[in-house]
Amino acid sequence: MADRVIAGRSIVEGAAEGEALVTTEALSFWGGYDFHTGEIIDKHHPLAGVRAAGRILVVPFSKGSSTTTAVLLEAVRAGTAPAAILTTGVDSFFALASIVADVMYGKAFPVIALEPGDAALLRTGMRVSVERSGAVRF
Amino acid sequence: MLTLSERDQAMLAGDRGPAAQLAMSIVVRMAAVYGASELMDVSQAHIDSTIYLGDATLEFAERLASLGARVAVPTSLNVSGVDECGWKDWAVSPEWAAKAARQMLAYERMGASPTWTCAPYQTKMRPSFGQQVAWGESNAIAFANSVIGARTERYPDLLDVCCAITGRVPAVGLHLTENRAGELLLRLERVPQALQEDDQFFAVLGHLVGKLAGDSIPVIDGVSVRPAEDQLKAFAAAAASSGRVALFHLVGVTPEAPTLEAAFQGRTVPVPMTIGTADLRAARQELTTADGRDLDMVILGSPHFSVAEFRQLAPLVAGRRANPRVKFLITSGRLMKELAEEAGVLAPIVEFGAQITLDTCILASPMLPPEIQTLMTNSAKYAYYAPSLLNTRVTFGSLADCVHSAIEGRVVRDESVWQTA
Repeated sequence: MADRVIAGRSIVEGAAEGEALVTTEALSFWGGYDFHTGEIIDKHHPLAGVRAAGRILVVPFSKGSSTTTAVLLEAVRAGTAPAAILTTGVDSFFALASIVADVMYGKAFPVIALEPGDAALLRTGMRVSVERSGAVRF
Repeated sequence: MLTLSERDQAMLAGDRGPAAQLAMSIVVRMAAVYGASELMDVSQAHIDSTIYLGDATLEFAERLASLGARVAVPTSLNVSGVDECGWKDWAVSPEWAAKAARQMLAYERMGASPTWTCAPYQTKMRPSFGQQVAWGESNAIAFANSVIGARTERYPDLLDVCCAITGRVPAVGLHLTENRAGELLLRLERVPQALQEDDQFFAVLGHLVGKLAGDSIPVIDGVSVRPAEDQLKAFAAAAASSGRVALFHLVGVTPEAPTLEAAFQGRTVPVPMTIGTADLRAARQELTTADGRDLDMVILGSPHFSVAEFRQLAPLVAGRRANPRVKFLITSGRLMKELAEEAGVLAPIVEFGAQITLDTCILASPMLPPEIQTLMTNSAKYAYYAPSLLNTRVTFGSLADCVHSAIEGRVVRDESVWQTA
């Protein structure tokens, strides 16, 4: 399918495929993500009202509450988490949520760090696949 | 490349039991994420993982507790999902209360101190300058690093408890002196003294700084007033809600910034970004999402109301009564309430018609009945999160505005200082 490849850095390894959901604004999952529905609910955020469950979420970094990780763990358990999270730079919050999801439920989701210029190539709605190596095809 | 000490390796092999082994395995995997070359000791922790969200947070806590987890260092606990004694007065379901209480018990069983507050720096667990700690809770992290000069990374829920159990953290980030220098300069320009003295000023400035700072350490220059501790608390909470600020330097105020040069550790001072009155006015406006004057509830205490704040509130409400249509709720910690009681400042507040919720807050516990649609608060953190988390409308105002509005039964704000500024 894919005709372009970005070499991302795999922070938590895994493979996933889905529709990209791209934002250039940081997001707090606590107060920003409803794990019952997989919807972004932060009314200050441009993606408010958009469902991110099962999608490849491209976001620069996590902000705000340190409970972001716990919300993501709940989302993994409930099956409403993004399929993968791609950030610019290493985001420890998303990585931790994925690692604990692995420990608790054997369900890590890929967390990939991209160069800002590479992240800018991705657009909402693109079909994207993420590989264990950190390669992102679109 | 990560090198583990003999003690770390022993813990990872299970020598200190299965809970410490599990916690160490998570710390070690995170050390790789952070790119750490070694782990280091912390001498204190604050656990934010106490907030009950659902089955996953409860299963995680009970898994650790059932494996025999014990904290290795003095550890305070953040808010929980329920006011154990007062939840029946509110819309909390018995099932939620029971599960949140189980999660509280799991963390108490680990030997942590039942502080149940998001302002642990206002309890006996306050760390000291330079102390290496592992803290969760975004406002507490920013306060500990910036106002006290203790050293913590921005620890997320689920990792904070692993650090408390192992007493070890990746030796990276804000634990290390060289990573604590300012990275971005924000300068107040022609912001009148009267505005800086207004009690909303630091919350509004914090909200704006959080948005401007991105993932940098901001240095704020040009503040010409001496903020009280609770104003710095409001600043930290606001900046850690609108942004990801874990450390800030207020030149001439915070301990690692006696001078502009010191805030940048002698490195090149960047070209400043200016903050003017119009920017502050716009930031303050963003904290209000309500458009009418309807008011169902005044909510104070995010972060938890301190004794100093109880003292400040008491004379404003003494001899007055809140309008019976408006609820007036203060969220606080057990210790703060006790101290306020001892100081004799609680009685006039209760006579005014205020209710007090302990151990939790309206964001962490589903306590508000559906008829509560419009809130008023002096907390930028409540103002930031309530519209999204509670689907309510909110008006941000000063403490005096909140009191006057509760008496009038509708939103009244004294705009004079913000309009003329």
